[in-house]
Amino acid sequence: MALFFLLPLAALVRMSLSEQTQRFSLDAMFTGRVANYTEVLVQYGPVLWRSLAFAGVATLLCGLIGYPMAYAISRQGGRWKPLLLGLVVVPFFTSYLVRTIAWTTLLADQGPVLALLSWLGLVSPLERLGLVVEGRILNTAAAVIGGLTYNGLPFMVLPLVVSLEKIDPRLLEAAADLHARGGRTFRRVIWPLSLPGLLAGVLLTFIPAAGDLVNAQYLGGPGNRMIGNSLQNLLLVQNRYPAAAALGVVLMVMLSLLLVLSLGKLDRDSLTGP
Amino acid sequence: MSRLVLRCCLLLGYGLLFAPIAVIVLFSFNDPAGRFNLVWRQPTAANWLDPLSDPGLTGAFITSLLLALAASAVATVLGSLMAYALVRYRCRGERVVNLLLVLLLTTPEVVMGVSLLNLFVQLGVQRGLGTLLVSHSLFCLSFVALTVKARLGGIDWNLEDAAMDLGARPGRVFRLITLPRILPGVLAAALLSFSLSLDDVIVSSFTAGEAVTFPLYIAGAFQREISPQIHVLATMVLVASVAMLAAGSLRQLGVSSRFRAPASFARGSGSSG
Repeated sequence: MALFFLLPLAALVRMSLSEQTQRFSLDAMFTGRVANYTEVLVQYGPVLWRSLAFAGVATLLCGLIGYPMAYAISRQGGRWKPLLLGLVVVPFFTSYLVRTIAWTTLLADQGPVLALLSWLGLVSPLERLGLVVEGRILNTAAAVIGGLTYNGLPFMVLPLVVSLEKIDPRLLEAAADLHARGGRTFRRVIWPLSLPGLLAGVLLTFIPAAGDLVNAQYLGGPGNRMIGNSLQNLLLVQNRYPAAAALGVVLMVMLSLLLVLSLGKLDRDSLTGP
Repeated sequence: MSRLVLRCCLLLGYGLLFAPIAVIVLFSFNDPAGRFNLVWRQPTAANWLDPLSDPGLTGAFITSLLLALAASAVATVLGSLMAYALVRYRCRGERVVNLLLVLLLTTPEVVMGVSLLNLFVQLGVQRGLGTLLVSHSLFCLSFVALTVKARLGGIDWNLEDAAMDLGARPGRVFRLITLPRILPGVLAAALLSFSLSLDDVIVSSFTAGEAVTFPLYIAGAFQREISPQIHVLATMVLVASVAMLAAGSLRQLGVSSRFRAPASFARGSGSSG
Protein backbone atom coordinates (compact mmCIF):
# COMPACT_ATOMS: atom_id res chain seq x y z
CA MET A 1 0.00 0.00 0.00
CA ALA A 2 2.65 2.44 1.12
CA LEU A 3 4.72 1.14 -1.76
CA PHE A 4 1.93 1.81 -4.26
CA PHE A 5 1.04 5.25 -3.04
CA LEU A 6 4.09 6.81 -1.45
CA LEU A 7 6.67 5.61 -3.95
CA PRO A 8 5.07 7.41 -6.93
CA LEU A 9 4.68 10.51 -4.78
CA ALA A 10 8.29 10.45 -3.66
CA ALA A 11 9.39 10.00 -7.26
CA LEU A 12 7.18 12.91 -8.24
CA VAL A 13 8.67 15.25 -5.66
CA ARG A 14 12.18 14.18 -6.66
CA MET A 15 11.42 14.81 -10.33
CA SER A 16 9.94 18.21 -9.50
CA LEU A 17 13.35 19.24 -8.16
CA SER A 18 15.32 17.82 -11.07
CA GLU A 19 16.70 19.14 -14.32
CA GLN A 20 16.46 17.51 -17.71
CA THR A 21 19.86 16.61 -19.13
CA GLN A 22 18.71 18.02 -22.43
CA ARG A 23 15.46 19.27 -23.91
CA PHE A 24 12.78 16.62 -24.58
CA SER A 25 14.98 14.03 -22.90
CA LEU A 26 13.47 11.61 -20.40
CA ASP A 27 16.70 11.61 -18.41
CA ALA A 28 16.64 13.98 -15.50
CA MET A 29 19.17 14.71 -12.82
CA PHE A 30 18.28 15.62 -9.26
CA THR A 31 19.72 19.07 -8.65
CA GLY A 32 17.33 20.46 -6.04
CA ARG A 33 16.12 23.03 -8.56
CA VAL A 34 13.34 24.95 -6.81
CA ALA A 35 13.01 27.27 -9.80
CA ASN A 36 10.82 24.60 -11.45
CA TYR A 37 8.10 25.61 -9.04
CA THR A 38 8.33 29.36 -9.57
CA GLU A 39 8.46 28.85 -13.34
CA VAL A 40 5.32 26.71 -13.53
CA LEU A 41 3.50 28.97 -11.10
CA VAL A 42 4.22 31.95 -13.31
CA GLN A 43 3.40 30.13 -16.54
CA TYR A 44 0.37 28.15 -15.35
CA GLY A 45 -0.87 30.32 -12.48
CA PRO A 46 -3.82 31.71 -14.46
CA VAL A 47 -4.85 28.23 -15.62
CA LEU A 48 -4.57 26.96 -12.06
CA TRP A 49 -6.84 29.72 -10.76
CA ARG A 50 -9.28 29.11 -13.61
CA SER A 51 -9.42 25.42 -12.73
CA LEU A 52 -10.12 26.16 -9.07
CA ALA A 53 -12.74 28.75 -10.02
CA PHE A 54 -14.49 26.40 -12.47
CA ALA A 55 -14.44 23.62 -9.88
CA GLY A 56 -15.72 26.02 -7.21
CA VAL A 57 -18.67 27.21 -9.29
CA ALA A 58 -19.48 23.63 -10.33
CA THR A 59 -19.41 22.53 -6.68
CA LEU A 60 -21.72 25.37 -5.69
CA LEU A 61 -24.17 24.43 -8.45
CA CYS A 62 -23.99 20.78 -7.39
CA GLY A 63 -24.89 21.83 -3.87
CA LEU A 64 -27.79 23.99 -5.04
CA ILE A 65 -29.25 21.17 -7.15
CA GLY A 66 -28.06 18.26 -5.03
CA TYR A 67 -29.20 19.34 -1.58
CA PRO A 68 -32.91 19.60 -2.45
CA MET A 69 -32.60 16.31 -4.36
CA ALA A 70 -31.00 14.52 -1.43
CA TYR A 71 -33.54 16.08 0.94
CA ALA A 72 -36.44 14.99 -1.22
CA ILE A 73 -35.04 11.46 -1.58
CA SER A 74 -34.45 10.96 2.13
CA ARG A 75 -37.62 12.69 3.44
CA GLN A 76 -40.18 11.87 0.77
CA GLY A 77 -38.65 8.88 -0.99
CA GLY A 78 -40.71 6.40 1.04
CA ARG A 79 -40.56 2.95 -0.46
CA TRP A 80 -39.13 4.37 -3.69
CA LYS A 81 -35.95 5.38 -1.87
CA PRO A 82 -33.74 2.51 -3.11
CA LEU A 83 -34.95 3.06 -6.67
CA LEU A 84 -34.35 6.81 -6.50
CA LEU A 85 -30.85 6.24 -5.12
CA GLY A 86 -30.15 3.67 -7.82
CA LEU A 87 -31.25 6.14 -10.48
CA VAL A 88 -28.69 8.65 -9.22
CA VAL A 89 -25.92 6.12 -9.86
CA VAL A 90 -27.18 4.54 -13.08
CA PRO A 91 -25.96 7.25 -15.50
CA PHE A 92 -22.45 6.58 -14.28
CA PHE A 93 -22.44 3.07 -15.64
CA THR A 94 -22.01 4.39 -19.14
CA SER A 95 -18.64 5.56 -20.28
CA TYR A 96 -17.60 8.98 -18.96
CA LEU A 97 -16.23 9.95 -22.35
CA VAL A 98 -19.32 8.84 -24.28
CA ARG A 99 -21.48 10.83 -21.86
CA THR A 100 -19.37 13.90 -22.45
CA ILE A 101 -19.65 13.41 -26.20
CA ALA A 102 -23.41 13.13 -25.76
CA TRP A 103 -23.30 16.56 -24.11
CA THR A 104 -21.61 17.96 -27.21
CA THR A 105 -24.65 16.75 -29.17
CA LEU A 106 -27.03 18.34 -26.67
CA LEU A 107 -25.19 21.66 -26.54
CA ALA A 108 -24.34 21.91 -30.25
CA ASP A 109 -25.26 25.05 -32.22
CA GLN A 110 -28.27 23.29 -33.77
CA GLY A 111 -28.80 21.15 -30.67
CA PRO A 112 -31.85 20.77 -28.43
CA VAL A 113 -30.60 22.90 -25.53
CA LEU A 114 -30.11 26.02 -27.64
CA ALA A 115 -33.40 25.33 -29.44
CA LEU A 116 -35.19 25.14 -26.08
CA LEU A 117 -33.50 28.31 -24.83
CA SER A 118 -34.40 30.31 -27.93
CA TRP A 119 -37.99 29.00 -27.79
CA LEU A 120 -38.12 30.29 -24.21
CA GLY A 121 -36.57 33.56 -25.43
CA LEU A 122 -33.63 33.10 -23.07
CA VAL A 123 -30.74 33.28 -25.52
CA SER A 124 -30.14 37.02 -25.45
CA PRO A 125 -30.54 37.42 -21.65
CA LEU A 126 -28.10 34.56 -21.17
CA GLU A 127 -25.79 36.15 -23.71
CA ARG A 128 -25.81 39.30 -21.63
CA LEU A 129 -24.81 37.20 -18.60
CA GLY A 130 -21.97 35.73 -20.64
CA LEU A 131 -23.36 32.19 -20.45
CA VAL A 132 -23.97 32.09 -24.17
CA VAL A 133 -21.25 33.49 -26.40
CA GLU A 134 -22.18 34.62 -29.93
CA GLY A 135 -25.18 32.29 -29.92
CA ARG A 136 -23.14 29.28 -28.85
CA ILE A 137 -22.87 27.26 -25.66
CA LEU A 138 -20.37 24.67 -26.80
CA ASN A 139 -16.76 25.81 -26.40
CA THR A 140 -17.62 28.28 -23.64
CA ALA A 141 -16.75 28.35 -19.95
CA ALA A 142 -20.43 27.74 -19.16
CA ALA A 143 -20.34 24.41 -21.01
CA VAL A 144 -17.25 23.27 -19.09
CA ILE A 145 -18.76 24.24 -15.74
CA GLY A 146 -22.02 22.56 -16.74
CA GLY A 147 -20.17 19.37 -17.58
CA LEU A 148 -18.29 19.43 -14.27
CA THR A 149 -21.57 20.02 -12.43
CA TYR A 150 -23.17 17.09 -14.21
CA ASN A 151 -20.31 14.78 -13.28
CA GLY A 152 -20.21 15.91 -9.68
CA LEU A 153 -23.94 15.73 -8.92
CA PRO A 154 -24.13 12.08 -7.75
CA PHE A 155 -21.07 12.58 -5.55
CA MET A 156 -22.89 15.45 -3.90
CA VAL A 157 -26.24 13.69 -3.55
CA LEU A 158 -25.06 10.35 -2.14
CA PRO A 159 -23.11 11.60 0.92
CA LEU A 160 -25.91 14.07 1.66
CA VAL A 161 -28.48 11.29 1.64
CA VAL A 162 -26.28 9.24 3.99
CA SER A 163 -26.00 12.03 6.51
CA LEU A 164 -29.67 13.09 6.23
CA GLU A 165 -30.67 9.47 6.86
CA LYS A 166 -28.60 9.41 10.02
CA ILE A 167 -30.61 12.19 11.67
CA ASP A 168 -32.58 10.69 14.53
CA PRO A 169 -36.31 11.14 13.76
CA ARG A 170 -36.85 11.71 17.49
CA LEU A 171 -35.03 15.03 17.13
CA LEU A 172 -37.58 16.16 14.56
CA GLU A 173 -40.42 15.02 16.78
CA ALA A 174 -38.88 16.92 19.67
CA ALA A 175 -38.63 20.03 17.52
CA ALA A 176 -42.28 19.67 16.55
CA ASP A 177 -43.25 19.15 20.18
CA LEU A 178 -41.48 22.38 21.00
CA HIS A 179 -43.63 24.12 18.37
CA ALA A 180 -40.86 24.68 15.84
CA ARG A 181 -42.25 25.25 12.36
CA GLY A 182 -40.91 23.39 9.34
CA GLY A 183 -38.52 26.13 8.30
CA ARG A 184 -37.14 26.57 11.78
CA THR A 185 -36.69 22.83 12.26
CA PHE A 186 -34.75 22.75 9.03
CA ARG A 187 -32.55 25.69 9.98
CA ARG A 188 -31.85 24.67 13.56
CA VAL A 189 -31.86 20.86 13.38
CA ILE A 190 -31.61 19.35 9.91
CA TRP A 191 -29.19 21.78 8.26
CA PRO A 192 -26.50 21.69 11.00
CA LEU A 193 -26.70 17.90 11.24
CA SER A 194 -26.32 17.51 7.48
CA LEU A 195 -23.19 19.68 7.29
CA PRO A 196 -20.69 16.79 7.64
CA GLY A 197 -22.34 15.09 4.65
CA LEU A 198 -22.38 18.35 2.72
CA LEU A 199 -18.68 18.77 3.39
CA ALA A 200 -17.99 15.24 2.15
CA GLY A 201 -20.03 16.02 -0.97
CA VAL A 202 -18.15 19.26 -1.53
CA LEU A 203 -14.80 17.47 -1.36
CA LEU A 204 -15.93 14.61 -3.61
CA THR A 205 -17.18 17.14 -6.17
CA PHE A 206 -14.49 19.79 -5.95
CA ILE A 207 -11.36 17.64 -6.00
CA PRO A 208 -12.14 15.60 -9.14
CA ALA A 209 -13.50 18.73 -10.84
CA ALA A 210 -10.32 20.71 -10.17
CA GLY A 211 -8.24 17.92 -11.71
CA ASP A 212 -10.55 17.20 -14.63
CA LEU A 213 -9.41 17.48 -18.23
CA VAL A 214 -12.12 15.71 -20.21
CA ASN A 215 -14.85 18.35 -19.91
CA ALA A 216 -12.51 21.20 -20.83
CA GLN A 217 -11.20 19.23 -23.79
CA TYR A 218 -14.56 18.31 -25.31
CA LEU A 219 -16.95 21.00 -24.10
CA GLY A 220 -14.61 23.98 -23.78
CA GLY A 221 -12.70 26.09 -26.26
CA PRO A 222 -8.99 26.88 -26.30
CA GLY A 223 -9.62 29.68 -23.79
CA ASN A 224 -11.21 27.38 -21.20
CA ARG A 225 -8.44 24.82 -20.73
CA MET A 226 -7.90 23.54 -17.22
CA ILE A 227 -4.85 22.47 -15.27
CA GLY A 228 -5.35 18.81 -16.23
CA ASN A 229 -5.00 19.75 -19.89
CA SER A 230 -1.81 21.64 -19.12
CA LEU A 231 -0.35 18.65 -17.30
CA GLN A 232 -1.23 16.34 -20.18
CA ASN A 233 0.35 18.75 -22.61
CA LEU A 234 3.52 19.15 -20.54
CA LEU A 235 4.03 15.41 -20.27
CA LEU A 236 2.76 13.88 -23.47
CA VAL A 237 3.50 16.67 -25.94
CA GLN A 238 6.32 18.78 -24.53
CA ASN A 239 8.09 16.04 -22.54
CA ARG A 240 8.80 18.53 -19.74
CA TYR A 241 8.75 16.08 -16.85
CA PRO A 242 10.23 18.28 -14.08
CA ALA A 243 7.79 21.10 -14.84
CA ALA A 244 4.84 18.70 -14.93
CA ALA A 245 5.97 17.10 -11.68
CA ALA A 246 6.23 20.50 -9.98
CA LEU A 247 2.76 21.46 -11.17
CA GLY A 248 1.42 18.09 -10.04
CA VAL A 249 2.92 18.56 -6.58
CA VAL A 250 1.39 22.04 -6.32
CA LEU A 251 -2.07 20.72 -7.21
CA MET A 252 -1.71 17.73 -4.90
CA VAL A 253 -0.60 19.89 -1.95
CA MET A 254 -3.42 22.39 -2.45
CA LEU A 255 -6.13 19.75 -2.63
CA SER A 256 -4.70 17.55 0.14
CA LEU A 257 -4.52 20.56 2.41
CA LEU A 258 -8.21 21.13 1.78
CA LEU A 259 -8.90 17.50 2.60
CA VAL A 260 -6.78 17.30 5.75
CA LEU A 261 -8.26 20.53 7.09
CA SER A 262 -11.78 19.21 6.73
CA LEU A 263 -11.15 15.57 7.62
CA GLY A 264 -12.04 16.01 11.27
CA LYS A 265 -15.38 17.61 10.47
CA LEU A 266 -16.68 15.55 7.61
CA ASP A 267 -18.82 12.46 7.68
CA ARG A 268 -16.36 9.70 6.77
CA ASP A 269 -19.05 7.05 6.34
CA SER A 270 -20.61 9.07 3.58
CA LEU A 271 -17.40 9.07 1.54
CA THR A 272 -18.03 5.51 0.44
CA GLY A 273 -21.68 6.22 -0.30
CA PRO A 274 -24.88 4.55 0.84
CA MET B 1 -39.57 23.56 1.77
CA SER B 2 -42.82 22.66 0.20
CA ARG B 3 -43.47 19.33 -1.42
CA LEU B 4 -43.97 20.85 -4.84
CA VAL B 5 -40.63 22.66 -4.92
CA LEU B 6 -38.87 19.46 -3.86
CA ARG B 7 -40.63 17.46 -6.55
CA CYS B 8 -39.52 20.02 -9.15
CA CYS B 9 -35.93 19.80 -7.92
CA LEU B 10 -36.04 16.01 -8.16
CA LEU B 11 -37.42 16.21 -11.68
CA LEU B 12 -34.81 18.76 -12.72
CA GLY B 13 -31.98 16.75 -11.17
CA TYR B 14 -32.98 13.47 -12.75
CA GLY B 15 -33.63 15.22 -16.05
CA LEU B 16 -30.09 16.56 -15.98
CA LEU B 17 -28.64 13.17 -15.03
CA PHE B 18 -30.47 11.29 -17.75
CA ALA B 19 -30.33 13.76 -20.64
CA PRO B 20 -27.01 12.46 -22.05
CA ILE B 21 -28.06 8.86 -21.36
CA ALA B 22 -31.15 9.44 -23.49
CA VAL B 23 -28.91 10.85 -26.23
CA ILE B 24 -26.59 7.83 -26.12
CA VAL B 25 -29.43 5.31 -26.35
CA LEU B 26 -31.24 7.31 -29.03
CA PHE B 27 -28.14 7.83 -31.15
CA SER B 28 -27.32 4.13 -31.07
CA PHE B 29 -30.32 3.91 -33.42
CA ASN B 30 -29.21 6.81 -35.60
CA ASP B 31 -28.17 6.54 -39.22
CA PRO B 32 -25.63 9.39 -39.39
CA ALA B 33 -24.99 11.34 -42.57
CA GLY B 34 -21.21 11.27 -42.38
CA ARG B 35 -18.52 9.84 -40.16
CA PHE B 36 -19.75 11.67 -37.06
CA ASN B 37 -22.73 10.30 -35.19
CA LEU B 38 -23.42 13.63 -33.51
CA VAL B 39 -26.45 14.95 -35.43
CA TRP B 40 -29.75 13.10 -35.67
CA ARG B 41 -30.80 12.03 -39.20
CA GLN B 42 -33.03 8.97 -39.32
CA PRO B 43 -33.66 5.85 -37.25
CA THR B 44 -32.10 2.52 -38.15
CA ALA B 45 -31.43 -0.79 -36.45
CA ALA B 46 -28.34 -1.46 -38.55
CA ASN B 47 -25.91 -0.43 -35.78
CA TRP B 48 -27.43 -2.90 -33.36
CA LEU B 49 -27.38 -5.70 -35.93
CA ASP B 50 -23.69 -5.06 -36.53
CA PRO B 51 -22.22 -3.76 -33.29
CA LEU B 52 -18.71 -5.07 -34.01
CA SER B 53 -18.22 -3.59 -37.48
CA ASP B 54 -15.45 -1.25 -36.34
CA PRO B 55 -12.45 -3.55 -35.72
CA GLY B 56 -10.38 -0.92 -33.89
CA LEU B 57 -13.25 -0.11 -31.56
CA THR B 58 -14.06 -3.78 -30.94
CA GLY B 59 -10.43 -4.58 -30.15
CA ALA B 60 -10.20 -1.66 -27.75
CA PHE B 61 -13.49 -2.71 -26.12
CA ILE B 62 -12.22 -6.26 -25.55
CA THR B 63 -8.94 -4.90 -24.16
CA SER B 64 -10.95 -2.73 -21.76
CA LEU B 65 -13.15 -5.61 -20.62
CA LEU B 66 -10.14 -7.86 -19.92
CA LEU B 67 -8.27 -5.04 -18.22
CA ALA B 68 -11.27 -4.21 -16.04
CA LEU B 69 -11.66 -7.87 -15.12
CA ALA B 70 -8.01 -8.22 -14.13
CA ALA B 71 -7.78 -4.87 -12.33
CA SER B 72 -10.98 -5.43 -10.35
CA ALA B 73 -9.81 -8.93 -9.38
CA VAL B 74 -6.46 -7.63 -8.10
CA ALA B 75 -8.02 -4.65 -6.34
CA THR B 76 -10.82 -6.71 -4.79
CA VAL B 77 -8.50 -9.34 -3.32
CA LEU B 78 -5.90 -6.87 -2.02
CA GLY B 79 -8.45 -4.28 -0.88
CA SER B 80 -10.63 -6.81 0.97
CA LEU B 81 -7.63 -8.28 2.74
CA MET B 82 -6.55 -4.81 3.71
CA ALA B 83 -9.99 -3.92 5.04
CA TYR B 84 -10.14 -7.21 6.95
CA ALA B 85 -6.74 -6.61 8.50
CA LEU B 86 -7.66 -3.03 9.44
CA VAL B 87 -10.91 -4.00 11.14
CA ARG B 88 -9.87 -7.29 12.72
CA TYR B 89 -6.38 -6.62 13.97
CA ARG B 90 -5.61 -3.37 15.71
CA CYS B 91 -2.15 -2.40 14.55
CA ARG B 92 -0.02 0.64 15.18
CA GLY B 93 -0.04 2.18 11.72
CA GLU B 94 -3.80 1.87 11.45
CA ARG B 95 -4.59 5.57 11.51
CA VAL B 96 -1.91 6.32 8.95
CA VAL B 97 -3.20 3.61 6.64
CA ASN B 98 -6.76 4.92 7.05
CA LEU B 99 -5.62 8.42 6.18
CA LEU B 100 -3.67 7.13 3.18
CA LEU B 101 -6.77 5.30 1.94
CA VAL B 102 -8.87 8.45 2.11
CA LEU B 103 -6.09 10.44 0.45
CA LEU B 104 -5.80 7.88 -2.32
CA LEU B 105 -9.56 7.99 -2.83
CA THR B 106 -9.55 11.74 -3.14
CA THR B 107 -6.32 12.28 -5.05
CA PRO B 108 -7.29 13.90 -8.31
CA GLU B 109 -6.89 11.40 -11.12
CA VAL B 110 -4.62 13.71 -13.02
CA VAL B 111 -2.11 13.80 -10.15
CA MET B 112 -2.21 10.02 -9.96
CA GLY B 113 -1.64 9.79 -13.70
CA VAL B 114 1.25 12.23 -13.64
CA SER B 115 2.96 10.58 -10.69
CA LEU B 116 2.57 7.05 -12.05
CA LEU B 117 3.81 8.00 -15.51
CA ASN B 118 6.77 9.74 -13.91
CA LEU B 119 7.53 6.66 -11.82
CA PHE B 120 7.28 4.30 -14.78
CA VAL B 121 9.56 6.52 -16.85
CA GLN B 122 12.12 6.81 -14.07
CA LEU B 123 12.09 3.06 -13.51
CA GLY B 124 12.44 2.54 -17.24
CA VAL B 125 9.25 0.44 -17.43
CA GLN B 126 7.76 0.08 -20.90
CA ARG B 127 4.26 1.61 -20.83
CA GLY B 128 1.48 -0.68 -21.99
CA LEU B 129 -1.08 -3.14 -20.65
CA GLY B 130 1.07 -3.95 -17.62
CA THR B 131 1.31 -0.35 -16.47
CA LEU B 132 -2.42 0.12 -17.16
CA LEU B 133 -3.16 -2.88 -14.94
CA VAL B 134 -1.01 -1.51 -12.11
CA SER B 135 -2.55 1.96 -12.28
CA HIS B 136 -6.15 0.73 -12.55
CA SER B 137 -5.69 -1.69 -9.65
CA LEU B 138 -4.26 1.15 -7.62
CA PHE B 139 -7.15 3.57 -8.02
CA CYS B 140 -9.69 0.78 -7.43
CA LEU B 141 -7.86 -0.40 -4.31
CA SER B 142 -8.95 2.42 -2.03
CA PHE B 143 -12.58 2.16 -3.16
CA VAL B 144 -12.58 -1.55 -2.37
CA ALA B 145 -10.82 -1.19 0.97
CA LEU B 146 -13.12 1.59 2.18
CA THR B 147 -16.33 -0.06 0.92
CA VAL B 148 -15.50 -3.44 2.44
CA LYS B 149 -14.31 -1.80 5.65
CA ALA B 150 -17.65 -0.03 6.01
CA ARG B 151 -19.46 -3.37 5.67
CA LEU B 152 -17.13 -5.15 8.09
CA GLY B 153 -18.05 -2.61 10.75
CA GLY B 154 -21.40 -4.30 11.35
CA ILE B 155 -20.17 -7.88 11.76
CA ASP B 156 -20.33 -9.75 15.04
CA TRP B 157 -16.82 -11.16 15.43
CA ASN B 158 -17.88 -13.38 18.33
CA LEU B 159 -19.15 -15.79 15.69
CA GLU B 160 -15.58 -16.31 14.45
CA ASP B 161 -14.35 -16.88 17.96
CA ALA B 162 -17.22 -19.24 18.66
CA ALA B 163 -16.43 -21.29 15.56
CA MET B 164 -12.80 -21.52 16.63
CA ASP B 165 -13.84 -22.55 20.13
CA LEU B 166 -15.79 -25.36 18.52
CA GLY B 167 -12.59 -26.58 16.90
CA ALA B 168 -12.92 -25.21 13.36
CA ARG B 169 -9.63 -24.52 11.61
CA PRO B 170 -8.98 -20.90 10.46
CA GLY B 171 -9.57 -21.78 6.78
CA ARG B 172 -12.90 -23.35 7.62
CA VAL B 173 -13.89 -20.43 9.82
CA PHE B 174 -13.14 -18.04 7.01
CA ARG B 175 -15.06 -20.07 4.45
CA LEU B 176 -18.13 -20.79 6.56
CA ILE B 177 -18.40 -17.76 8.84
CA THR B 178 -16.45 -14.76 7.56
CA LEU B 179 -16.80 -15.04 3.80
CA PRO B 180 -20.62 -15.27 3.60
CA ARG B 181 -20.85 -12.16 5.77
CA ILE B 182 -18.47 -10.00 3.82
CA LEU B 183 -19.41 -11.33 0.37
CA PRO B 184 -22.13 -8.74 -0.48
CA GLY B 185 -19.72 -5.90 0.31
CA VAL B 186 -16.89 -7.55 -1.60
CA LEU B 187 -19.10 -8.17 -4.63
CA ALA B 188 -20.34 -4.59 -4.63
CA ALA B 189 -16.75 -3.37 -4.44
CA ALA B 190 -15.71 -5.67 -7.29
CA LEU B 191 -18.54 -4.35 -9.50
CA LEU B 192 -17.62 -0.78 -8.66
CA SER B 193 -13.97 -1.44 -9.51
CA PHE B 194 -14.92 -3.07 -12.78
CA SER B 195 -16.93 -0.07 -13.90
CA LEU B 196 -14.32 2.40 -12.65
CA SER B 197 -11.64 0.65 -14.68
CA LEU B 198 -13.81 0.28 -17.78
CA ASP B 199 -14.60 3.97 -17.62
CA ASP B 200 -11.23 5.48 -16.87
CA VAL B 201 -9.88 8.11 -19.24
CA ILE B 202 -7.60 10.36 -17.26
CA VAL B 203 -5.18 7.97 -15.55
CA SER B 204 -5.11 5.76 -18.64
CA SER B 205 -4.25 8.65 -20.92
CA PHE B 206 -1.00 8.99 -18.96
CA THR B 207 -0.06 5.37 -18.33
CA ALA B 208 -1.27 3.54 -21.45
CA GLY B 209 1.71 3.99 -23.75
CA GLU B 210 0.79 2.23 -26.98
CA ALA B 211 -2.07 0.23 -25.46
CA VAL B 212 -5.58 1.33 -26.47
CA THR B 213 -8.63 0.97 -24.22
CA PHE B 214 -12.24 1.69 -25.15
CA PRO B 215 -12.24 5.32 -23.89
CA LEU B 216 -8.77 5.96 -25.30
CA TYR B 217 -9.84 4.69 -28.71
CA ILE B 218 -12.83 7.03 -28.71
CA ALA B 219 -10.64 9.95 -27.60
CA GLY B 220 -8.17 9.19 -30.37
CA ALA B 221 -10.88 8.81 -33.01
CA PHE B 222 -12.81 11.91 -31.94
CA GLN B 223 -11.27 14.13 -34.64
CA ARG B 224 -11.77 11.54 -37.41
CA GLU B 225 -14.88 9.56 -36.66
CA ILE B 226 -17.60 8.95 -34.08
CA SER B 227 -19.23 5.74 -35.20
CA PRO B 228 -22.71 4.78 -33.97
CA GLN B 229 -21.17 1.54 -32.72
CA ILE B 230 -19.67 3.60 -29.88
CA HIS B 231 -23.21 4.44 -28.75
CA VAL B 232 -24.30 0.82 -29.19
CA LEU B 233 -21.48 -0.54 -27.02
CA ALA B 234 -22.03 2.19 -24.39
CA THR B 235 -25.73 1.30 -24.28
CA MET B 236 -24.86 -2.39 -23.90
CA VAL B 237 -22.59 -1.63 -20.93
CA LEU B 238 -25.37 0.46 -19.39
CA VAL B 239 -28.00 -2.26 -19.82
CA ALA B 240 -25.67 -4.94 -18.46
CA SER B 241 -24.76 -2.93 -15.37
CA VAL B 242 -28.34 -1.93 -14.66
CA ALA B 243 -29.34 -5.60 -14.96
CA MET B 244 -26.58 -6.58 -12.52
CA LEU B 245 -27.53 -3.81 -10.13
CA ALA B 246 -31.18 -4.87 -10.24
CA ALA B 247 -30.30 -8.53 -9.75
CA GLY B 248 -28.07 -7.60 -6.84
CA SER B 249 -30.70 -5.53 -5.08
CA LEU B 250 -33.40 -8.16 -5.65
CA ARG B 251 -31.10 -10.80 -4.20
CA GLN B 252 -30.31 -8.60 -1.25
CA LEU B 253 -34.03 -8.14 -0.59
CA GLY B 254 -34.47 -11.92 -0.69
CA VAL B 255 -31.56 -12.47 1.68
CA SER B 256 -32.69 -9.86 4.15
CA SER B 257 -36.22 -11.25 4.34
CA ARG B 258 -34.87 -14.73 5.05
CA PHE B 259 -32.38 -13.68 7.70
CA ARG B 260 -34.26 -10.86 9.30
CA ALA B 261 -34.09 -12.35 12.84
CA PRO B 262 -31.91 -10.24 15.18
CA ALA B 263 -32.91 -6.66 14.57
CA SER B 264 -29.78 -5.14 16.06
CA PHE B 265 -27.61 -7.15 13.70
CA ALA B 266 -29.57 -6.09 10.64
CA ARG B 267 -29.36 -2.45 11.64
CA GLY B 268 -25.64 -2.70 12.29
CA SER B 269 -24.80 -4.20 8.93
CA GLY B 270 -27.26 -2.00 7.11
CA SER B 271 -25.88 1.27 8.36
CA SER B 272 -23.59 1.64 5.40
CA GLY B 273 -25.83 -0.01 2.84
